[in-house]
Amino acid sequence: MLNIRLPGLGRGLALAFAASALLAGPSTAFEPGNAECIAPAAPGGGWDFTCRQVGKVMQDLKIIPGTMQVTNLAGGGGGVAYAEVVSKRSKDNNLIVAASSATATRLATGAFPGNTMEQMRWVGSIGADYGVIAVAKNSPIKTLPELFAKIKADPTSVSIAGGSAVGGWDHLKVLIAAKADGINNLRSIKYVPFDGGGEAITQLLAGSVQAFTGDASEAKGFVDSGDIRVIAVLAPERLPGAFHAFPTAKEQGIDAVGANWRGFYAPGGMSDDAYKFWVASVKKVYASPEWKKVMEQNGLAPLDLDGPQFEAFVKKSISDIQTISKEIGLIK
Amino acid sequence: MDVFSSLGHGFEVALTFQNLGLAFIGCLLGTVIGALPGLGPSNGVAILIPLSFSLGLDATAALILLTSVYYGAMYGGRISSILLNIPGDEPAVMTTLDGYPMARAGKAGEALAISGIASFVGSFIATWGLVFLAPQLVKVALLFGPAEYFALYVLAFATLGGISSANQAKAAFAAALGLGIAMIGVDGQTGVPRFSFGTVHLYDGIDFLVAIVGLFALSEVLIFLEHRGEGEVHGKVAIGRPVASWAVLKHCTPAMLRSTVIGFVAGVLPGAGASLGSFMAYATEKNISNRDKTFGTGDPRGVAAPEAGNNAAAGGALVPMLALGVPGSGTTAVLLAVLLSLNITPGPLLFAQHPDVVWGLIAALFMANVMLIAMNLPLVGIFARVLLIPPRFLMPLVAMISFVGIYGINGSTFDLYEMVVFGMLGWVLRKFDVPLVPVIMGVLLGNQMEANLRRALTISNGDWGALLHSPLAIALWVLAAVGFLLPIVVGKRVKARMARAKGELAEAMDAD
Repeated sequence: MLNIRLPGLGRGLALAFAASALLAGPSTAFEPGNAECIAPAAPGGGWDFTCRQVGKVMQDLKIIPGTMQVTNLAGGGGGVAYAEVVSKRSKDNNLIVAASSATATRLATGAFPGNTMEQMRWVGSIGADYGVIAVAKNSPIKTLPELFAKIKADPTSVSIAGGSAVGGWDHLKVLIAAKADGINNLRSIKYVPFDGGGEAITQLLAGSVQAFTGDASEAKGFVDSGDIRVIAVLAPERLPGAFHAFPTAKEQGIDAVGANWRGFYAPGGMSDDAYKFWVASVKKVYASPEWKKVMEQNGLAPLDLDGPQFEAFVKKSISDIQTISKEIGLIK
Repeated sequence: MDVFSSLGHGFEVALTFQNLGLAFIGCLLGTVIGALPGLGPSNGVAILIPLSFSLGLDATAALILLTSVYYGAMYGGRISSILLNIPGDEPAVMTTLDGYPMARAGKAGEALAISGIASFVGSFIATWGLVFLAPQLVKVALLFGPAEYFALYVLAFATLGGISSANQAKAAFAAALGLGIAMIGVDGQTGVPRFSFGTVHLYDGIDFLVAIVGLFALSEVLIFLEHRGEGEVHGKVAIGRPVASWAVLKHCTPAMLRSTVIGFVAGVLPGAGASLGSFMAYATEKNISNRDKTFGTGDPRGVAAPEAGNNAAAGGALVPMLALGVPGSGTTAVLLAVLLSLNITPGPLLFAQHPDVVWGLIAALFMANVMLIAMNLPLVGIFARVLLIPPRFLMPLVAMISFVGIYGINGSTFDLYEMVVFGMLGWVLRKFDVPLVPVIMGVLLGNQMEANLRRALTISNGDWGALLHSPLAIALWVLAAVGFLLPIVVGKRVKARMARAKGELAEAMDAD
């Protein structure tokens, strides 16, 4: 099981940290003056959630002095915030910015004009929402290979609904899985974009489409009610809780993982000391029992990457997305 | 009945000192937020989310606060529509059509009273609808696939001609302009930016609120500047008695009831929301009861209909949000985000898994509604006094609120430039007597209309016949054809009567 990873260690770290805070001598040389987290979207969304929840845990654990100020800088699917940090705040040591798979997808497809991932320092991840592919409960399709066999036989017979635009993360997840199953003509797969996962599932229930691609958290309510059947989870291992009954794609012989990760980047000109501080801080948050509770409540699965490891992960996912986007003709 | 015991339990949950207090604060803040141009229910709720989290409220309490703001804003939106001809929020656009002429005729108090009562009727009945019909109406929503949604939007535009008393061709032009503006931004189907000129700020498209505040509020200020105050745009308005007589209320009752049903159904349909609710309510009422051609010139029913409609839609929009996790409007989308972050997954099992939250919320809606009518009727006099402020003080205030409100949404100076452009556009359009409401309808519905057409065609592999594949779709197309042709057929008689009423009408034109 994934969610029982190191609760003891987490508590130990928190204690160790509390002790070090008492001694007033944390090991890092840097301490933020007034810590700020930019959520590149309006209040209420996933990035806003990332900033506020992580900020709150950092405050509660006294990792940062005072409070974390959350700034909502919406626009351009995160592009406004990205451009602002590059142009105006590239040396700000007190700043981190919420990011997710969507950030990587947009960087990969050139949706942030003139911006690249090298302009930022990538801090770490705080969890992931794994992808699922589902059908209605009365669908004749029972497994992921069956779905793909149907697409191979006649691509026009299957429409797959998702909550992101064409070339967005929900679309890419299906393509990653289809490619792993040996479908070469990715363009022939019919993907129908809706405004969010909930709307896409409703259309699945209404019978307008044959399959759904989205995140586990979006599908949870409908899995619990038994209205939809998850035919594959795009995770390395089975997920805990309600999703434990559903097989991964890997178990079905299709080696595909689609994680909608959540994490942070920091300005590219941040000092090494400050960068180390933020990497360590995000790590502490991840390890804390408080954060375990937040993850459990919000359907976040474990994904624990930090510093250079996280940077390599983002780099790889950007290049993977670019490869697929080229194949479907979204970018040249 | 089972429903009543559940509802009783809900009142037990909701009737605590803390929850009553939260509902009261929510209603008060909501009314003010709704009344301020530029601040609508969705950003009102969004602004208060951080507050509810930092107060450490539990799920039920947080929802009571936020839905009170939601209902309050639906009440408040009408105030500036009537008094200033500036919609306080999106759904209140239609209320300007008859509300403002009433205010100019010295019946501002009466218009506020009628619209307050209509708001109460709409949301009271809609809340009962939420109680009884939630499971059933969810099934109706499931009948709507992309093809049906597209037909629904066509219906909305086909009946546009009936809405505007001005030149039909100008209304069509305005709608086309709105649709064109809606095309700006990243295309949701392919992820490719359109008409964004490489500016990352335009990737999200034109914010509806920016357009509405620019077109309505700023253009008002520009017109005032043009006349240098000598025109006294609002100055001569007498408030009149701040109550509505029984006779008038009785006259409006059928309109309120019909509009409630229409608004509720529009609210239940995901994506349609309160704006469509008030729009359809007004259009229907105008088609049914405009025998004396008084609509658009200050007919009380033209105030009652959209207000009952949009408040009923607010209740209706909660149905798919709670029962399916699919928001029925912009505000319920924000509420959905709140629910998810409180670890409550809306969906088919919500009523079974979190009865405290759902029934507590519904009970709170009833309470909020009573509080709102109690708050809004006596305060009508105070709100109406806004009109006594001379325009030379009021207009700078309008400009200030517009700028602060729009900046507050995204903290973006680009939005301010955008708003100024829309203000100038609104000024030009008014000079040419082009109605502004169809522009707004185009901006509001354009993306959804296009997206659903393309979804339907993707699913059918490009076969246009798919648009007529279900009885529901065919019915909607027939209604659209009737709605479009009827005003043209009977248009001549209408024109003849309009000529007679021209004196009054000329003033009412700028209300469009």
